[in-house]
Amino acid sequence: MAQEMVRVFIMGKAYEVPKGLTIMKAMEYAGYQFVRGCGCRGGFCGACGTVYRMPGDYRIKVGLACQTIVEDGMYLAQIPVFPAHKATYDIEEMRPTLADLLKAYPELSRCLGCNTCTKVCPQELDVMNYMAAAMRGDIARTADMSFDCLMCGLCAVRCPAETVQYNIAILARRLYARHIAPRAQHLATRVQEILDGKFDQALDEMTRLERAELERLYNERDIEPE
Amino acid sequence: MAYTPQMIESIRLVEASRERRYTEKHPRLSAAEKQDLLRRFHPDFRPDTMRPVKVGPSRGSMMPHELVDVLEARSRLDPDTFPLDKIDYDVDVLVVGGGGAGSSAAFMAQAAGANVLQVTKLRLGDANTMMAQGGIQAADKPNDSPMIHYLDVIGGGGFVNKPDLVRALVHDAPLVIRWLEDLGCMFDKDPDGTMVTQHGGGTSRKRMHAARDYSGAEIMRTLRDEVRNREIPVIEFSPAVELLSDGEGRCTGAVLMNLETREFFVVRAKTVILATGGFGRLHVAGFPTTNHYGATADGLVMAYRMGANLIFLDATQFHPTGAAYPEQILGLLITEKVRGLGAQLVNVRGEQFVYPLETRDAVSSAILRECHERGTGVITETGQHGVWLDSPMIEHIHGDGTIQRALPAMFRQYKRFGIDMRKEPVLVYPTLHYQNGGVEISDDTSTCVENLFVAGETSGGVHGRNRLMGNSLLDVVVFGRRAGMAAAERARSVKPGRLTLEHVRRYHEELDEAGIGRERVSPMILPPYARRETKPGANPVVP
Repeated sequence: MAQEMVRVFIMGKAYEVPKGLTIMKAMEYAGYQFVRGCGCRGGFCGACGTVYRMPGDYRIKVGLACQTIVEDGMYLAQIPVFPAHKATYDIEEMRPTLADLLKAYPELSRCLGCNTCTKVCPQELDVMNYMAAAMRGDIARTADMSFDCLMCGLCAVRCPAETVQYNIAILARRLYARHIAPRAQHLATRVQEILDGKFDQALDEMTRLERAELERLYNERDIEPE
Repeated sequence: MAYTPQMIESIRLVEASRERRYTEKHPRLSAAEKQDLLRRFHPDFRPDTMRPVKVGPSRGSMMPHELVDVLEARSRLDPDTFPLDKIDYDVDVLVVGGGGAGSSAAFMAQAAGANVLQVTKLRLGDANTMMAQGGIQAADKPNDSPMIHYLDVIGGGGFVNKPDLVRALVHDAPLVIRWLEDLGCMFDKDPDGTMVTQHGGGTSRKRMHAARDYSGAEIMRTLRDEVRNREIPVIEFSPAVELLSDGEGRCTGAVLMNLETREFFVVRAKTVILATGGFGRLHVAGFPTTNHYGATADGLVMAYRMGANLIFLDATQFHPTGAAYPEQILGLLITEKVRGLGAQLVNVRGEQFVYPLETRDAVSSAILRECHERGTGVITETGQHGVWLDSPMIEHIHGDGTIQRALPAMFRQYKRFGIDMRKEPVLVYPTLHYQNGGVEISDDTSTCVENLFVAGETSGGVHGRNRLMGNSLLDVVVFGRRAGMAAAERARSVKPGRLTLEHVRRYHEELDEAGIGRERVSPMILPPYARRETKPGANPVVP
């Protein structure tokens, strides 16, 4: 059975590639060896942000090359890196407040509410509204709503206010986790026990056990019910 | 891209048995049954997948063909003519690798006062760490202890793990969770701050900490943010292609290659930390892989030429649940957390055939048995085998909305291809997931090569022959931190050494003596996925 092909334009050049491939596999099929624009190949790392347009449509679309299927007539280019602003800060010293967010990222207040970021997000996050939450100083909400962000940067590329949504979002998540979410008490207790050397002797003894004894202990160990 | 009619027919059987399976517990394997299953079906025991390596310190050890191919290969650099007189970077600690281990190491080495340079093949954070979904283990609940964790690790590893490394892993586990909590890593917590923890395959306590199903991504992006905050110098797209030695066996630096300009750069370092990840992209035994684009065993190759021992590399971890359908995501990871939440593995007839949370090697073998011996797997239109992972059972147990809340990445992945995993099961088949072995290290990550430290998947010993879920994120942070501290400490008493490629020259001689041809060159750096059979004139087409 002849393979069904589609025609795609990779940075202006036309190639015939098999239907059903992802943009990433289609580019490799066309002979590209990725250096930039390819990372985990599984939709987690945000390395392969791609912009494209379909024939007869003026709208710019975006997607991750590893997650987006090629379509006939697709006209595409990758954005492997974007010179976005990244503030440096001491997370320990900061407070989870709007004032501190603005100190790190003053451009946050430039948001126009145009919703372009939400429209381009390949993770389908409600970017504009997590930015709105940030502007209200609702850091917990920004953290929660932005959690699935891959930091691919496509929002910042398209932002007319030149804000860097994904960098503001990670700051919000870190502030939330460090300063708003309650600390794990059981963890603090265990850490203290370890620092006090409570388990050192027992662990040393385990490292000296013979295999047969380890096997016996392993096979007889009780298992916490699900 | 939804399921074919034939697959839907089988899905009906899965649906029909769901209510019955809700209360049905498939029996666990006895130790003897498990051993028998592994021997008969696990690729590690297939004689056609491996051969003994002919050269180097681990000469005679069995390893996968694909790995031996890159070990029995020549350097990109000619040791007789490569110029080493101009030093481009002169540092205390060179960290090679931009993943969880490398970033933890760079952080700690700099915090200890060392002048650090971190280099990486792709971007900072482009690593398997970023892709780990399920979680990170630590014995921090009252019903758990580092000793119980120790037993799980060593039992899962086949009782051959290096005890001092297991001790370090379980001892430091709560410390690194606390460290990450301090850094603002957003773990799943109850309203009172208690960590939400689950079982993973082979655990006897619920000690799997998670950040939804972006656990590795959350850890990695936090570490990356912090490396940048601390302004640690990082050079991206510049992998190390060879280590340097002083001619007397000590490591003194490395040669980098700028992947874009193809220029080489010489780094002189008092100590070097290799944290370059594993070998997934070598596609051992022809399996698809869950791994990152850059997982090409570069660190193993470089360390081996320097004289480091390689251990347990005949043990490869196949994750039982790689995507088998649709074709576009073949081999991608379906996190073990799906089973942790109650999804069962069922065959074409809708019957369970293995307890879902056996260790990964056993579950993989059981799936291979189902597909290739019993003939009760599902076969797709492209001839790919698989079995069902009954994801709808999760909401049957935990209620509507659980999948979108606990497995957003997975849900999104399938939705892109028109599959609703809340309502339909997903098809899975084992996929190459992890290099269990690697460079032999001590519990401070030092190796038998003086001033060379190795951390993360590049190293071997802590997981024995089989790593448990949630112990690799733990491994990279625990041993990354230890590497950073140990390398910085060592650098204080080391004088910068002579820079030579003596060890490479000797290795080349050994290759010649063993009669190995000169055509293979390594490290691989990037897997050769670009199609090269394109006929001239066929592509690009004239529009």
